[in-house]
Amino acid sequence: MKSNNTLTADGLSRRRFLRNATSMSVLAALYGVGGLQPAFAWPRSGNLEAEKEADGDTDIVNLTIDRTPMPIDGKDARPITVNGTVPGPLIRLKEGRDVRIRVTNNLDEDTSIHWHGILLPFEMDGVPGVTFPGIKPGETFEYHYPVRQSGTYWYHSHSGLQEQEGHYGPLIVDPADPEPFAYDREYVVMLSDWTFEDPHDVFRKLKVAEGYYNYQKRTVQDLLEDIKRKGWEQTMRERAMWGEMRMSSRDLLDVTGSTYTYLLNGRSPADNWTGLFQPGEKVRLRVINGSAMSFFDVRVPGLKMTVVQADGQNIEPVPVDEFRIGVAETYDVIVEPTEDRAYTIFAEAMDRSGYAAATLATREGERGEIPERRPMPERGMESMGMDHGDMDMDMDHGAMDMGQNDMSGDMNGGKEMASDASDPHAGHDMSGGGQAMNGADSAGMKDDSGGMDMADDEPYEWPLAGRKISHGHDDHGPGAAMVASNPQNRMSDPGIGLESTEDHKVLVYDDLRALAPWPDEREPEREIELHLTGNMERYMWSFDGKKFSEVDGPIRFHHNERLRLILVNDTMMDHPIHLHGMWMELENRHGKYRPRKHTLSLKPGEMVSAQITPEHKGDWAFHCHLLYHMDAGMFRVVSVA
Amino acid sequence: MTMQKTIKHPTRWLVTACALALAPGLAWADGRGDYAREQGWDSPVPDMKTGVLLFDRLEYAAGDDEDSVDWEFKGWYGGDTNRLVVKGEGEHVVSGGDGGEIEALDLLYGRLIAPYWSVQAGVGYQLEYGPGPNHDRGFAVVGLEGLAPYWFEIDTSLRVSEDGDASVDFEAEYDFLLTQRLVLQPRFGTSFAFQEVEEFGVGQGVNHVKAGLRLRYEIKREFAPYIGVRWKKQLGDTADLARAEGHDTDDLRFVAGVRMWF
Repeated sequence: MKSNNTLTADGLSRRRFLRNATSMSVLAALYGVGGLQPAFAWPRSGNLEAEKEADGDTDIVNLTIDRTPMPIDGKDARPITVNGTVPGPLIRLKEGRDVRIRVTNNLDEDTSIHWHGILLPFEMDGVPGVTFPGIKPGETFEYHYPVRQSGTYWYHSHSGLQEQEGHYGPLIVDPADPEPFAYDREYVVMLSDWTFEDPHDVFRKLKVAEGYYNYQKRTVQDLLEDIKRKGWEQTMRERAMWGEMRMSSRDLLDVTGSTYTYLLNGRSPADNWTGLFQPGEKVRLRVINGSAMSFFDVRVPGLKMTVVQADGQNIEPVPVDEFRIGVAETYDVIVEPTEDRAYTIFAEAMDRSGYAAATLATREGERGEIPERRPMPERGMESMGMDHGDMDMDMDHGAMDMGQNDMSGDMNGGKEMASDASDPHAGHDMSGGGQAMNGADSAGMKDDSGGMDMADDEPYEWPLAGRKISHGHDDHGPGAAMVASNPQNRMSDPGIGLESTEDHKVLVYDDLRALAPWPDEREPEREIELHLTGNMERYMWSFDGKKFSEVDGPIRFHHNERLRLILVNDTMMDHPIHLHGMWMELENRHGKYRPRKHTLSLKPGEMVSAQITPEHKGDWAFHCHLLYHMDAGMFRVVSVA
Repeated sequence: MTMQKTIKHPTRWLVTACALALAPGLAWADGRGDYAREQGWDSPVPDMKTGVLLFDRLEYAAGDDEDSVDWEFKGWYGGDTNRLVVKGEGEHVVSGGDGGEIEALDLLYGRLIAPYWSVQAGVGYQLEYGPGPNHDRGFAVVGLEGLAPYWFEIDTSLRVSEDGDASVDFEAEYDFLLTQRLVLQPRFGTSFAFQEVEEFGVGQGVNHVKAGLRLRYEIKREFAPYIGVRWKKQLGDTADLARAEGHDTDDLRFVAGVRMWF
């Protein structure tokens, strides 16, 4: 595969951006409504790009942060804007060049911009309290750094809860060399979640009233339906398990469509952002999840999407029908609409409480059909840190340990389970994990490779097979309402509410295969294990049961060591874990062709590992990218020295 | 008033309890990096302190002989682990009689000791007023509050009065979601006294059992009107004391009220 007319396409769309941007701002002042674009919004069609000027090897971009009154979904709002818009303008950089970005703070509070996924000198990383003091009101801060990577990224505030208020935008770095795939046209598809509430009120409600935003809880009616469907005994056993744990199987997202308006490129479904195409063109969609709290399931009904990049990094193309995108992750997909009709880009919140939607069409003003909404999925056994979602198994084999000693004796059957199920990933009976196995053939794991030929891969051995994990002497204390005693490899599991079938392929982490091995091929010489912990009752979130204020000092990485970071999800929530300043090479089934990511999403009861080479010295943030989890203390500093 | 006297003994208890509870968590730093420490920057994710005031019951209770306005509230302020807690419960007779009672008005320090449980310690106050002379007393209170398996909200406390009379209270409640906003809440409560305290109508042993059933509609999470019934039956020596005073030992009332929080 070769890149052919990338440049032409790029040029085309860029001219469109500029034309739109200019005419719109003039017309908006005059009319402001009726299909014309107000100055504060992205154009209805296309992306809005930030102006930049070149000075030798350096590109210069000016950004101002304001609070700008504007309608969102037709209602009055006062978001924080970058150069007057939500999202902020697309910043387009070039690999190999340097950049100077001057950020002026017109707010009456401190602000900052973090360049999500970009490796740079740590003082330029933009995290107040970690890498710099923040940008004071009225002040201008100049970020300058060399750009030595390419792909789709984004930027956002790292101050307080500003991200929830609109302070984010897309960042693209065009590669120095041609890309290994071709396309005729491209669009940024930036997903976000907007609330008309003050985010501090949202946070407080989460703290004082558990489940405040969840209007899809289990009711008595659900219980009766379950009894009818599964029988009394099975239903009671399941309910007993959830009841003993005091966990809700319907708690998928903490903040839901009951307060959120889901946006795509700053527009609600009613405002219908539109990407234009000519039938037969290859359209690259750069999908960025810039939301504060929402995992989305993205599809374009009627079109296959070929995933070509994950977190800005090239991967072996995977044709899929749908993919789940964690907060802060990015996926680049190519679609080929051949018909002259409108297609819907549909991004459903993971808990089905709402959606963002936009249109791909051959002319403006059209809109595709909104697909039928799916019911809210319910968590099952797989979220408890045991076997792959097999709900028919005997409930007495639950592998969950409680934070307290009120769990009945037969609940410790995790080991028995693992051997019974002869699941190679459970690994308890693997005597040190010495067996070599091809992931695609392993029992209990469907081949989700979507037609990829994996024959040339090395035999696969999950590095965490048979690993004895530790929850400390007190199961992480009061900050952890549960621990997963037998966390699983869930990289072939598309996640709750999604099922990958022959007719409907859903992307999984095991599909991500790098095009080439990464430069550092050393085996890890050191391992660090961290647990994702939480207590929903008080909305406490942390690593290893201790929030940021309760730990003593940073996590220390040695400069240029080869490290294996092991993450264990001891909670019932999905968490997107983001490490600043260095790549995490996800140890999935592709051996040395493992993909590298800046954000790893962990499902409940899941354990993943990543190889890391900390190339850049300094202090780096490491946190859950769910905004309120981070702010609650699920945050650490990684110090590379 | 007797508050002066009331406070005296319990204060010692409170101070001791607080000191014990605080001791393990006194001296930690935080997760800041070396660079941020050198520069003296604030934490990137400072702990949030917040609070809430919940009127769990604010209701008109209509009985056979008398009607009353009953109230119960709980408030807290603090962080995730340590909180200042206030709780109160009482009734005020509005027809068919006079007077009323502040059954409890507690000021407590609460500390999270397990994922779903906090211990609470502090001082409490009780007042019976009208038609006769007022009676009041103070307590030292130690309690355990939390969420038991199967989502039972539990609140239990040991109370020792300024005169050395001890009693144990227990209260449990449960929410059945009929729909996402319509909630049926059964409640159960009881109280056990180690000594008889005639002045407050308290007999030795189990004093009473209380049960309630309330159906609320959450217009917002913060505001939910409800209707229901509450029933209280006095038992044993307590019942004898009530009968001697000419009171019913069996009290069934229909209630209508609002559950709200700020």
